[in-house]
Amino acid sequence: MTLVSFWYIVIAVLWTGFFVLEGFDLGVGMLHGVVGRDEAGKRAAINTIGPLWDGNEVWLIVAGAGMFAAFPGWYATMFSGLYLAVVLLLVGLIVRGVSFEFRGKGESDRWRRTWDVLMTTGSLLVPLLIGVGLGDLLHGLPIDRNQEYTGTFWDLLTPYGVFVGLTLVALCLLHGSTFLALKTTGDVRARAIRLARQVAPVTGIAVLVFVIWTHVTAQEGFLPNLVEVAAVLAVFAAAWLAGAGRDGWAFTATTFAMATSVLSVFVALYPRVMVSSIDPAFDLTTQNTAAGSYALGVMTVVAVVLFPVVIGYQVWTYYVFRERVRPERFRASRGAAQTMG
Amino acid sequence: MNQLDLARIQFATTSIYHFLFVPLTIGLAFLTAILQTAWHRSGNSDYLRLTRFFGVILVINIAVGVVTGLVQEFQFGMDWSAYSRTVGDVFGAPLAMEGLAAFFLESTFLGLWIFGWDKLPRRVHLATIWIVAFGAALSAAFIMAANSWMQHPVGYAINPATGRPQLDNIWAVLTNPVFLWGYLHVLLASAVTGSVVMLAISAWQLRRVRDPSTNSSPAHAMFRLTARLSLIVLLPAMIFAMFVGSELGVIEARYQPMKIAAAEAQWQTCRPCSFSLFQIGGGKNDQTPTQLIEVPHLLSLLATNSWNGQVIGLNELNSQYQRQYGPGDYVPNVFVQYWSMRVMAYLAALLGLLAVWGLWLMWRGRMVGSSWFLRASIWALPLPFVMNTAGWMLTESGRQPWIVQGVQLTRHGVSPSIDTTTVAISLLVFLLLYGALAIVDIVLMARYARRDPGPAPATDTADVPVPASSY
Repeated sequence: MTLVSFWYIVIAVLWTGFFVLEGFDLGVGMLHGVVGRDEAGKRAAINTIGPLWDGNEVWLIVAGAGMFAAFPGWYATMFSGLYLAVVLLLVGLIVRGVSFEFRGKGESDRWRRTWDVLMTTGSLLVPLLIGVGLGDLLHGLPIDRNQEYTGTFWDLLTPYGVFVGLTLVALCLLHGSTFLALKTTGDVRARAIRLARQVAPVTGIAVLVFVIWTHVTAQEGFLPNLVEVAAVLAVFAAAWLAGAGRDGWAFTATTFAMATSVLSVFVALYPRVMVSSIDPAFDLTTQNTAAGSYALGVMTVVAVVLFPVVIGYQVWTYYVFRERVRPERFRASRGAAQTMG
Repeated sequence: MNQLDLARIQFATTSIYHFLFVPLTIGLAFLTAILQTAWHRSGNSDYLRLTRFFGVILVINIAVGVVTGLVQEFQFGMDWSAYSRTVGDVFGAPLAMEGLAAFFLESTFLGLWIFGWDKLPRRVHLATIWIVAFGAALSAAFIMAANSWMQHPVGYAINPATGRPQLDNIWAVLTNPVFLWGYLHVLLASAVTGSVVMLAISAWQLRRVRDPSTNSSPAHAMFRLTARLSLIVLLPAMIFAMFVGSELGVIEARYQPMKIAAAEAQWQTCRPCSFSLFQIGGGKNDQTPTQLIEVPHLLSLLATNSWNGQVIGLNELNSQYQRQYGPGDYVPNVFVQYWSMRVMAYLAALLGLLAVWGLWLMWRGRMVGSSWFLRASIWALPLPFVMNTAGWMLTESGRQPWIVQGVQLTRHGVSPSIDTTTVAISLLVFLLLYGALAIVDIVLMARYARRDPGPAPATDTADVPVPASSY
């Protein structure tokens, strides 16, 4: 395997890791007002991801920076081409990010309601927009011989891209509700389980359509590949397990469903990184966008040394915060609540 | 205004805004870690309350710092795609390392610190805040290495096939003298920023002790501990920052002579060169400003470290550059250079004096009693932010018209596929959003900096867990 294809895999893994981890954070962000009927319930929901979401979001930053370092041409064309969509994405990430921190720092109901709305909206925008972007990579965008995007904002809204966005939103909702079922107790958990059951069939059908559409778009023969089959199996397994009340296994299944769905786009894309809808000769590929072998070599050493360490302490963090969050904790301590952080 | 102007304004405003929070959170993270260590060592619960008090201030600002950093990460591709395509081979590596080595560390351990008070052994929990501080400082290292490469590109060769720079020596990038001195300068500036903010908040709280009209609690008296800590950090940090900054000036004079000549509005070559404290007029169309209070030999000393050193003037440098790079105007904005340098230096001197004053009062045991000193400390709050901004304007505006010194011009780095309207929309969105964020941040800072720290918690003994924090 060459360094260039190794780094394509790294980038695919980073995006997948981001959606697996931040996927349930985004789901919780969208659902906290639904599973938590009262203030204590909402706080319980938000606190399931409290210590985790920030570290999870770094996967996105590293995915972006990794593209910059390993495939400068891809990074340059993608983010300038998707310009206004990226602005919207950043707005979503920003309001969502500060809403966790700021929501509990005010006293009035209006203050909290405002941040609730921003948290929900931001958490919806992020998977939707990234999904549209990922879909566009494969669907193809007007890219000329100089690797420059020549379309407008509206050209980004390809039917396939929008559908990938919606599928990712559905997957985040399902992933978030199985996570909430696993990490809360009492009425919040009961509502999360009910939600998972309701969301699961819709998500299952969305993923099925998504996989078929991806397969057709990629034009790679009749038979589906392993990742595509796994995505469909995992999402229907999740639907069944969520119904059966197996919290841990349901969450495992949504993790697999998310991972394989995101991966299937990258599998279909390779060795291209951005398809040109003008001429296949203008396609951006791993080869014509990659950094030199020295830079890739340096990055490989750094990644091989540091990645296991990062995974190690992130796993440890999940272990430290393994307990379920009880809504009663916020009912009992209202007023005297520790509002630090 | 064309696309290039707007893209530059957008990068400048979002970077300056982001960098209001960076040095504050680096400095405050270390100071908070020191407070928690003091609690761990002494068992004095005042230190625990101060840790949590300043911890809230820290966390609020980290939130804004992190989300505004996201914009920086993607903006290179959005507005500067030609730049990214050209230099990503070199510039991307430190950015990716920053994410992998530093951001993961900082974000993950911040979560552990905020939410782990009752879940981790005290010693381990103490380690988490130190790791947060270390991670924050480390992230600044990588981004400074990347920025320093733009000031003084090293460790690369031009690929003959593509005409683009390619990394061929990562150690050269990571030992770039501009990076080593610039990074040290940023770390010291962070210590200054964190300690001035801690000092200002402590002074505000101590004034309440003195004022009988406010219903102060005895708790306010504990802020003399943080006032003392911040003064002890501030003075040496300020002195070293000035020293390192002046050394950085000498290094930059070697690699970017335009930057330093412009900072002194030195149009003609001089030897020895004097330093003017103020000038009236100046700028591109006024090459003979009235310079007031000139200090002989000082510019020679600052720019070359020698008493009679020669500083080549802007006009001569410009003709040199024209011979080397072709026709054009290579002089940066002289007005911005001249004044940003002075604003930074003069405010530094002012803060140094404040620290000396405070330490003298402290030594005499009269700090809490000095209404004038406490008031001055509160008003000093914005100064480090103005200094940090001025420092970056000196560095970045002084690099113009280059985006990478000698390698690519700024106007050649901008995205070819973006039109003016698109950048204008984006700039408007970020201005509105950042404005709203600033208001919320300031309101929350004011609220949490002025709140009563409350009665002493019952956590003086080691076996009672400190209550956890939550959202």
